[in-house]
Amino acid sequence: MGIDLPLIWALIILFGVMMYVIMDGFDLGIGLLYPFMPGKAERDTMMNTVAPIWDGNETWLVLGGAGLLAAFPLAYSVILTAFYLPIIFMLLGLIFRGVAFEFRFKASDARRRWWDGAFIGGSVVATFFQGIVLGGFVGGIKVTGRAYGGGVLDWLTPFAVFTGIALLVAYALLGCTWLIMKTAGDLQARMIRLARPLSWGLLFAILAISVWTPLANSDIARRWFSAPNIFWFAPVPVLVAVAFYWLLRALRGAPHGGPFLLTLGLVFLGYSGLGISLWPYIIPPSVSIWQAAGPPQSLGFTLVGALLVIPIILGYTGFAYYVFRGKVGDGYE
Amino acid sequence: MASLDALMLARIQFGFTISFHIIFPALTIGMASYLVVLEALWLKTKQQVYRDLYLFWSKVFAVNFAMGVVSGLVMAYQFGTNWSAFSDFAGAVTGPLLAYEVLTAFFLEAGFLGVMLFGWSRVGPGLHFFATLMVAVGTLVSATWILASNSWMQTPQGYAILDGRVVPIDWLAVIFNPSFPYRLAHMTVAAYLATALVVGAAGAFHLLRGRDDAAIRTMTSMAMWMLLLVAPIQVLIGDLHGLNTLAHQPAKIAAIEGHWENRPGEGVPLTLIGWPDMEREINHFAVELPRLGSLILTHTWDGQFPGLKSYPRSDRPNATVVFWSFRIMVGLGLLMLALGFWSLWARWRGSLYRSRALLRSAVVMAPAGLIAILAGWITTEAGRQPWVVYNVMRTADAVSAHDATQLGISLALFVVVYFVLFGAGTVYVLRILAHGPAEQAAEDEPQGGPGQPHQPARPMSAAPDRLDTAPAAPTTD
Repeated sequence: MGIDLPLIWALIILFGVMMYVIMDGFDLGIGLLYPFMPGKAERDTMMNTVAPIWDGNETWLVLGGAGLLAAFPLAYSVILTAFYLPIIFMLLGLIFRGVAFEFRFKASDARRRWWDGAFIGGSVVATFFQGIVLGGFVGGIKVTGRAYGGGVLDWLTPFAVFTGIALLVAYALLGCTWLIMKTAGDLQARMIRLARPLSWGLLFAILAISVWTPLANSDIARRWFSAPNIFWFAPVPVLVAVAFYWLLRALRGAPHGGPFLLTLGLVFLGYSGLGISLWPYIIPPSVSIWQAAGPPQSLGFTLVGALLVIPIILGYTGFAYYVFRGKVGDGYE
Repeated sequence: MASLDALMLARIQFGFTISFHIIFPALTIGMASYLVVLEALWLKTKQQVYRDLYLFWSKVFAVNFAMGVVSGLVMAYQFGTNWSAFSDFAGAVTGPLLAYEVLTAFFLEAGFLGVMLFGWSRVGPGLHFFATLMVAVGTLVSATWILASNSWMQTPQGYAILDGRVVPIDWLAVIFNPSFPYRLAHMTVAAYLATALVVGAAGAFHLLRGRDDAAIRTMTSMAMWMLLLVAPIQVLIGDLHGLNTLAHQPAKIAAIEGHWENRPGEGVPLTLIGWPDMEREINHFAVELPRLGSLILTHTWDGQFPGLKSYPRSDRPNATVVFWSFRIMVGLGLLMLALGFWSLWARWRGSLYRSRALLRSAVVMAPAGLIAILAGWITTEAGRQPWVVYNVMRTADAVSAHDATQLGISLALFVVVYFVLFGAGTVYVLRILAHGPAEQAAEDEPQGGPGQPHQPARPMSAAPDRLDTAPAAPTTD
């Protein structure tokens, strides 16, 4: 057995979740920015920038769920039970949003307002509860035997609420910088103005989580601050500082794609930081990927299909982004 | 008692979300194959009517597909939120099968759906037909994986239990388990029947309203041929599936038949209607036909099969539920059979497009196939109880340890959200159907592309925009 199947599957799922966060992040962000942009024309434009790609983005969420069940059934059952209500709320938010997306374009003026509300509400709920799940996950899950051992509302901690809000800021900034890249004129100018406070908000959130996590968890503190780890991991905070400085500078000139790429960089660094804190535990703080993995027959069998199809999905996704590159004009047609 | 309530709520929630979901994939399967037939006929005959029908039904297909994707998102998570002990115990088998179903669906979406819905003017007719064909094959392959998983839960094999968990030993045995071929055939044909009834009802609706043109006639005629051909086949498959169930899950058959015990040396009667009473172990108000139960299930005059009383009370499925869900399914199936033969008679008499009684019946029967599918699934799933994996794991041991309050909250939310959103979707589909196919639409249809409203990554954008503001206008926007 030379191949470490649980390791390969952990990397696939980490990759899938990261793809989900950075891709669905900016289109959820569009919904979060809707309340700031009340006009119909600009709302149409905003939605058009993500219309061709948003449902492909959610592909990764379904794939993540099915992949987790196939490769790590124990983690799938414990995590989804622990975060029962937040996950249900998140799914309902995403459904609302997905349907609003399609029906908004087909609705009369009176009904469009209703679908706009559904789009905003769905985006806020889905994002906030994703953040709650993230915070609860970092905070650790109580396991008894092979099942979730905690209570109904264990996920409702100050830290989780904070990460929920932090994710709202992160997705709003992703959406904002995406629009800077994809639009022009007045809408773009307003997004540039909005990006600055959001950037500071994201920096504050990253700093707060970076301080809060090791303070609350001595194992994570030891992992980061003991030699020689501290030298290996030092580039993460340094790169955050560099990316943030660069982002603020980029927002001052006549920005195009720069702020979006730099925000993606910040989100990726934050994601890496959490990965460093938690690895190799798939149910923190106690169950590792090897303990939670299914039998090799299941992991190997599913790997064949995953290795065949994931490159095709990536290729198709890349193609869709290539086809719909460039700025999006006003109005729908 | 509190834990029983939570179990019941978890079952209701799963039943509710899966019932909503299954309607969309069932129509997706049927319509994808129908579109293949339409395009093949168009390529062969070059008659415009087939292309008009293709473009019309591909719009309905697109909306239906999108609602299937959105409602399916929930299903990928329900196994963990509500059935975590089951997922931990059997995830090594059901997880990979579910993952393959998802991968197949995405492969199909990534590869061919865009070409099929938006590629008329971008690719040649041969390649376009190939894309339609691949989408249809993809829906069938997707169904194959998910039915393999469900059938394994009904008739498990090819596994071992190590450290209290299922480990797959032989994937071929897991997938091709004893009930799988019958369930796959039964469900696929059911999807075709349900689609034929919807197509036929749409045609009949327009004929009744006085719109009588080539497209309407062709779709009505095709649907009625399909019904006539497929309904008898379904009866045959259903019979074979029943015999298979008797061999592997006899308690389910006993519950379906309301059969409590055998009388020595005597054939089993068929209880046409009645009210099985689980407490007192009898059927109230039973109307019985002697020996017919034996004839149907053993194909002999006085054969016997186990009654419910030969199982301990704790191992019996709820006969009141499955007795009736089965009769709803079979009753609707017989009505479909009758409609098929009626249409043949009317066709022979030359009144297929004029007989108002026939056309009205076809309209009323529009949802019959979908209701029969739901009734059939309730029969097979409730009939598997009290097991989640038959004779291996009990449903009571499979459920997540939630309390009733949070299950109640989430169930209420699901009910409200599903009825609002999928209600809106259904109204929209009905509007497209009421609008009917556009004649000679093919040349006017916008083909989509970069910067245009009809964009390939969104199946629903294949459907017309703003239908409600201009109900009678042709679908150019």
